[in-house]
Amino acid sequence: MLGKLTWDAIPFDQPIPLAAGAVVALAVLAVLIYITVKGWVPYLWREWITSVDHKRIGVMYVALAILMLMRGFIDAVMMRTQQAVAFRSNGYLPPEHFNQIFSAHGTIMIFFGAMPFMIGLMNFVVPLQLGVRDVAFPTLNSVSFWLTASGALLVNLSLVVGEFSRTGWLPFPPLSEMTYSPGVGVDYYCWALQISGVGTVLTGVNFVTTILKIRAPGMTYMRMPIFCWTALAANLLIVAAFPVLTATLAMLLLDRYLGFHFFTNTGGGNMMMFMNLIWAWGHPEVYILILPAFGVFSCVVPTFSGKPVFGYRSMVMATMAICLIAFMVWLHHFFTMGAGGDVNAIFGTMSAIIAVPTGVKIFNWLFTMYGGRVRFTVPMIWSVAFMITFTVGGLTGVLLAVPPADFMLHNSMFLVAHFHNVIVGGTVFGALAGMTYWFPKAFGFRLHEGWGRWSAYFTIAGFYVVFMPLYVVGLEGMTRRLQHYDVGAWRPWMMVSVFGVLLALVGIVLEIVTIYVSIRDRESLRDEVGDPWDGRTLEWSTASPPPEYNFAVLPHVDHEEYYWRIKQAAARSETLPEEPHYVDIEMPRNSATGFVAAFFATVMGFALIWHIWWMVGVAFVGAYATFVAFAWRDHEEHVIPAETVARNDHARRAARAKALKAYSPR
Amino acid sequence: MRIKRAAVLTSALALSGCEISIFDPKGTIAAQDAQILVDSLAIMLAIVIPTLIAIVAFAWWYRAGNTRARYRPDFEYSGQIELVVWSIPALTVLLLAGVIWVGSHDLDPGAPIKGAGKPLTIQVVSLDWKWLFLYPDQKLASVNELVAPVGTPLRLELTSGSVMTAFFVPQWGSMIYTMNGMTSRLNLRADKAGDYYGEASQISGDGFADMHFKARAVSADDFAKWTQSAAGVPFDAAAYKELAKQGLANPALRPLAAPDLFSDIVTQKLPPGPGPKPSLRPPSVVN
Amino acid sequence: MSATAAAHAASHSVARMPSHTGPANKRIVTGYGFWIFLLSDFVIFASLFAAFAVLVHNTNGGPGPHELFDLKSVAVETGALLLSTYACGLASIAAHRRSAIGFYLAMLVTAIFGAVFLGLEINEFYGFIDKGAGPQRSGFLSAFFTLVGCHGLHVSLGMLWLFTMIAQVFAKGFRDDIQRRILCFSLFWHALDIIWVGIFTAVYLYGVYL
Repeated sequence: MLGKLTWDAIPFDQPIPLAAGAVVALAVLAVLIYITVKGWVPYLWREWITSVDHKRIGVMYVALAILMLMRGFIDAVMMRTQQAVAFRSNGYLPPEHFNQIFSAHGTIMIFFGAMPFMIGLMNFVVPLQLGVRDVAFPTLNSVSFWLTASGALLVNLSLVVGEFSRTGWLPFPPLSEMTYSPGVGVDYYCWALQISGVGTVLTGVNFVTTILKIRAPGMTYMRMPIFCWTALAANLLIVAAFPVLTATLAMLLLDRYLGFHFFTNTGGGNMMMFMNLIWAWGHPEVYILILPAFGVFSCVVPTFSGKPVFGYRSMVMATMAICLIAFMVWLHHFFTMGAGGDVNAIFGTMSAIIAVPTGVKIFNWLFTMYGGRVRFTVPMIWSVAFMITFTVGGLTGVLLAVPPADFMLHNSMFLVAHFHNVIVGGTVFGALAGMTYWFPKAFGFRLHEGWGRWSAYFTIAGFYVVFMPLYVVGLEGMTRRLQHYDVGAWRPWMMVSVFGVLLALVGIVLEIVTIYVSIRDRESLRDEVGDPWDGRTLEWSTASPPPEYNFAVLPHVDHEEYYWRIKQAAARSETLPEEPHYVDIEMPRNSATGFVAAFFATVMGFALIWHIWWMVGVAFVGAYATFVAFAWRDHEEHVIPAETVARNDHARRAARAKALKAYSPR
Repeated sequence: MRIKRAAVLTSALALSGCEISIFDPKGTIAAQDAQILVDSLAIMLAIVIPTLIAIVAFAWWYRAGNTRARYRPDFEYSGQIELVVWSIPALTVLLLAGVIWVGSHDLDPGAPIKGAGKPLTIQVVSLDWKWLFLYPDQKLASVNELVAPVGTPLRLELTSGSVMTAFFVPQWGSMIYTMNGMTSRLNLRADKAGDYYGEASQISGDGFADMHFKARAVSADDFAKWTQSAAGVPFDAAAYKELAKQGLANPALRPLAAPDLFSDIVTQKLPPGPGPKPSLRPPSVVN
Repeated sequence: MSATAAAHAASHSVARMPSHTGPANKRIVTGYGFWIFLLSDFVIFASLFAAFAVLVHNTNGGPGPHELFDLKSVAVETGALLLSTYACGLASIAAHRRSAIGFYLAMLVTAIFGAVFLGLEINEFYGFIDKGAGPQRSGFLSAFFTLVGCHGLHVSLGMLWLFTMIAQVFAKGFRDDIQRRILCFSLFWHALDIIWVGIFTAVYLYGVYL
């Protein structure tokens, strides 16, 4: 009846996961009860859960990402403390638990932390920057989000029911095959990623279509803000790379469930095929993470330098070059396979070549600051920290691309330090810069500057104190994923590193304080005009928060810096552009399709993990019925009357007219 | 399947006294790898350090409060600067590509070490979670202890008796994967007598953290003595099957009774290790 | 000097006059988006093709391609799928002309040939398994069953979609949104043909040639 699921699945004998699971479950329950008692459920259902508004979906993505980043950070705290104490002892985490923690840490951080954060920012910003009302497929967008949430739920469920994968963030066979990992951990991993992977591919399809087909009149390719270009590149990578992950995990699942021989030791399987396939996805994946962050910095640096981005065409070219070369370097993840000099040399060189367009980007941000008036707001602090950190990370990355150096450093703590150097220093700093930058656009008030600043300082310092020691132990031959060790030389560095975790923890607490203080003092932080930073791109031309339809009338773009120019013209003439003619606007109706489909997907994933076949059937029928019900509806859109549009826009214009007097043109 | 770690710990304690740093190479390959690492680093620092300085300098000089800095709100393109920002990284990478090309070929793990005497063949088998070193010419089987004469080129043939992992002696040089059903090749040479730290450098399951071994470089005489010291029941296929079961092991040296053991493992005539017993959450492996 | 620069700038701005007219209409957006989705689906198949190419020689002592493949049956299968696609094209034309009867008939023919294709494929699979050449036998057979089976799964889901479309047209008529879905369905069905051509060539013909 319940397949492999028995009471044994609950870890009654392991206090740490059980307690952690119980606390999380109680917290979730408490939040749910609080929401219900307060009577917020109908509001949440109407305005958020069933919303197909790209801005709301973007905010939900970012909220999910922040939650998961915290979960992943708790894993990180456990790993660092374990390695700090497990010198000539077993520490407090046995290997079967420690191995789950580093696997979960990587999986959660990449798939449910960093990626949803970037996708969330893209969701919120891209249609606004393109000057349009929504993405190409709004309901599909909601489906994408809820499928991602479904995957995140399954991963976290493994904390209490069963176990998570113990094979690392990528399940290399044969360790991940049934022979060596007979538990449900790898199945949790695979099904969670298959479900969220469908959501990610659909996001890719949605955004490629949006950027290529849905832009404001006159918004030619070479007038798109760099963020839209990087979003395009990232989503092209998603469309081209994620199906490889889906196929690869499907093969692994067939091995595990039906005894196929794709990657097994025996029966003619080939484990190195898994390595090739997974990295054919895995390397583009890191650019899916970093390119949108590059886009964020390309918005933040010009805005706070009071200048257009330097070398726009170079930036576009560099972005697309990275997008292309990303597919030609995967083998550098396993130089130590012994493929021979020619193969290693070619992939090493290709990997080094990626540093050229990336270097160009760094220089272009540098020259964006040159001749500017740099205001060191919180997003700008993150950006400068990024430029320095990412340059260091890039340096160590190219070092690892040199095969003989990689022969010494592959899989070492040096590697761990390197990829955190680029992913934390690039993607996470970018995510936090972007969140702070666009927060007033999303909620109508800024985040508190003082608290945010201290949060940034502590997090950045924490980052360096955690990871610089890891470079050192890597050079001292320490390999990654050690549950305990007996080498005295590593010990002091592990202690320094754990102190860094403490600093980062303070940074995170301060970030939470920042959000709390900002909500409390929101009236004094209010953005009345919709342009709190003196921005340059179209999202700053509408109100904060923008109306559901984004723009009362679609802008007619005639320059790369269209909004900046009309703002300067208005400031010089001290009059706003002429009032447009308002018309009725059709917007897509809300839909529960995404939420309901993801519900069935979660049930199906759970049933597959535990071999509860009847439940798989029920869930499939449920998911199919959901889509048919969606396809059957007669009214896809609702109309916002011209009077409402006019009323909202008059309020926006009044605020702008008032602000115009105080604004001095550049 | 609980395993006593006490005995294993003692051997590990003896080991932890030795140096590991890859900047303290004790073998020719390690020295060359480290040299390339330093060279590449130097090439890149030549561009990275000025960049880091420029980032800080530009950010500081062009701060909004600095009235002496000239504001140029329309400075968004310069052909010369574009040329420089593309060509400097490109030239750096060109130089680096040369290092990569030459280094990849010269230090290919499969390439024999040039200009040295007759190589010693050692067959390496990674198991859950111990290392088996076979000396086909000396007819020896050593568990968790790799002994090699100083100055003699080592021709290592490696495979795995279970999952994929990697063989690595940081101070001797390059690491390489071990894979079941396949043979990988690695050439090393230890240049200074001593005890070195050897490890598995790819997660291989619950006993991974204990999957390290002692790599000893000794004089030719000591090596000859060591080869004579093998004792106990000869190591054969049955002994291998026992060793292949999941668990830890203490160092031991035994005469090798099965000369084709390595090829039998590679061709899977001896099947890969059985893994854990199927259960929902395998019991603790290490105490 | 400055005059040339000014002229240059002028020509530059002329070249950049807004030629772009704003968001595309829904039919274009839907078709375009669906094509992007199909491309991602092609990437899944590309991975499976790659796996097949890697594992085709790993027969593990079991039967190889030339001992198993029956090209005659595969040729009939191919014919059935091509005819099915032809009928699907007719259904598109009927939908364009808003002829309900024509649409139902053509879709029915599409379904019948699709079912013939699936029947032959299942028969082939069953025969292999009967001979002890199931997907668990070797890496080669795992890759074969997965690649061809994945295509078969697409056809099966396509059949489900096909009948849903018939029901939609019956219930809602040729509304704009239904027309867009018919467009997507026909793109899907034709894409399966393209994949099949690849399978026929790279799996069956090449396999027997080996």
